[in-house]
Amino acid sequence: MATLDLEMNSLLKDITIDPANDAVVIDGVSKIFKKSRPLLSRWHKEAVEAKQKREVRAVDNVNLTVKRREIVGILGANGSGKSTLIRMLSTLLIPDEGTVRIFGYDVIKDEAVVQKLINRVSVEASFFKKLSPMENLLYAARLYNMSGAEARKNIREILTRLGIKPDRIDAPLEDMSRGMQQKVAIARAFLTSPILLLLDEPTTGLDPRSKIDVQTFVNELRDVHDATILITTHDMDEAEALCDRVAIIDKGRIVAMGETQALKRVVADIRGQVEPVSMNEVFMHYTAAHLITEEQVKRYGSWEKAFEALEAQREEEE
Amino acid sequence: MSSLIHQARASYAFFERNWNLTKRYWAWEIVWLVYNVANALSITFLGASAQNWGGKGVDTNRLILFLLIGTSVWSYLSVTFEGVTDLITIERWEGTIEHTFMAPISRFTHLVGSCWYAIAHGLLFTFLQLLIVGSFFHLDLARANYLTAIFMLLVGSVSFIGFGIAASVLPLLFTERGSQMSYIIRALLLLVSGVYYDISVMPAWMQPLAKVSPATYVLTGLRSGILDGTPIWSPIVWNSTWPLIIIGVISVPVGIYIFSLAERYAKRTGKLKRNG
Repeated sequence: MATLDLEMNSLLKDITIDPANDAVVIDGVSKIFKKSRPLLSRWHKEAVEAKQKREVRAVDNVNLTVKRREIVGILGANGSGKSTLIRMLSTLLIPDEGTVRIFGYDVIKDEAVVQKLINRVSVEASFFKKLSPMENLLYAARLYNMSGAEARKNIREILTRLGIKPDRIDAPLEDMSRGMQQKVAIARAFLTSPILLLLDEPTTGLDPRSKIDVQTFVNELRDVHDATILITTHDMDEAEALCDRVAIIDKGRIVAMGETQALKRVVADIRGQVEPVSMNEVFMHYTAAHLITEEQVKRYGSWEKAFEALEAQREEEE
Repeated sequence: MSSLIHQARASYAFFERNWNLTKRYWAWEIVWLVYNVANALSITFLGASAQNWGGKGVDTNRLILFLLIGTSVWSYLSVTFEGVTDLITIERWEGTIEHTFMAPISRFTHLVGSCWYAIAHGLLFTFLQLLIVGSFFHLDLARANYLTAIFMLLVGSVSFIGFGIAASVLPLLFTERGSQMSYIIRALLLLVSGVYYDISVMPAWMQPLAKVSPATYVLTGLRSGILDGTPIWSPIVWNSTWPLIIIGVISVPVGIYIFSLAERYAKRTGKLKRNG
């Protein structure tokens, strides 16, 4: 059996990966969260209807396959289940139904192996804010089996490439802007050379220039380091620029999947348009088009504004 | 071998991170030290005033030392315990908990790596407190056996870690008030371990509880070393050492097992995500 070149990452030396395996196989995965009951009412037996009301099906029977070296985008509104799905891939949540395999390894049974293969950037830049980028990244690097000297060299190199000035590398993170902190979070994930990188809205809050820096780096990670990338985003331009394929998720279900150009053509055909529609229109068609009426479009002034109002209403209900 | 190097590096990562955090929160360290010194002094002054209450036959020096050892062990246990339970609390507060929990390290490395800094921190902190509080009194320490004192603290630390790891599931499961809930374990240890009084003064039904508390044995051995100059190899110290070894050998794996159950529950219910 041929194996991949895994020399970049010392953690992967003892792991065998069959190149014929897909990078990610999500098979019928569901995740249900239960809202807690008031303490006193726990003594009484709960009616089935009330029990169902307390349940939130965050991810509902999702099937998705990501091939090796592919960049796949997961597009969805707030609360659609994107982050829950990423957390299950990251070994941070246990699915209630179905299985998730990363390069052939099960995220539950082979948790320790999977953790060596992946890294994740979350939407919040999660750091010890009093510590500097160097101290935070040194901590992360040691957890991923990097020596101090090697880590210090790589940290300076990556942070400089992402546009962090040398004098900020040893200053507390709390003095940095959110965009800069997010870049440090991205550097932390790149530092460990994962073969599967999970990016959960990584460029939210970044300025256009920083977004391009990150996108260039993501492409490089795939092209040079052979990584597979799964990215969730609200930014349709980013999805178009980066992703080989996208999956649109709504209320925990994948409602559309394919290449961006193909999806644009499909939606244009459905609407009877000759010109291809934009990715924004594709996104709205699959996630909220069926909920937005002509009257709402008139009331809010545009399709986009009506969609924003719907999103706000959804979040309030949750 | 490479796996061992990896786990050693990861273990050092927690030590280094906690040391960096201590340096950045130095003002908090001073506040905490002043608070502990004030507490310890208010208790040891009770011993100094014993003769004024009519306790003419009381050996004041011995009573002050008895209480001073109690406050020091209590302080050590508190600082160590705080350090262990903080491994979850701080990470929740900063939002880094998910990052640490998805790192490719064993939970043993994670927990023990965090604990050995707590021990070093606790020992240094207690030593400083002892020096400051001791300077308020003219204590006769001519007979004190310091080797026995350090030995008892180190042996006892293993059990404290086991109890601390088990307690750290509270902030893992109860995101808002879990850290405060862990105080109950400390309070119960304070109550039953004879920190400020002899166990014999407790009601008969409470006395067996002292036997399962590691603090009881640490205090007995330590007092024997400081007050009576008992060496490590004496039967009195040995009688306090072997129960500590047994409690340590049992409590650390049991603590890690309880933590692993709580971690699984947190991963099923999504409790890792929420910042407290």
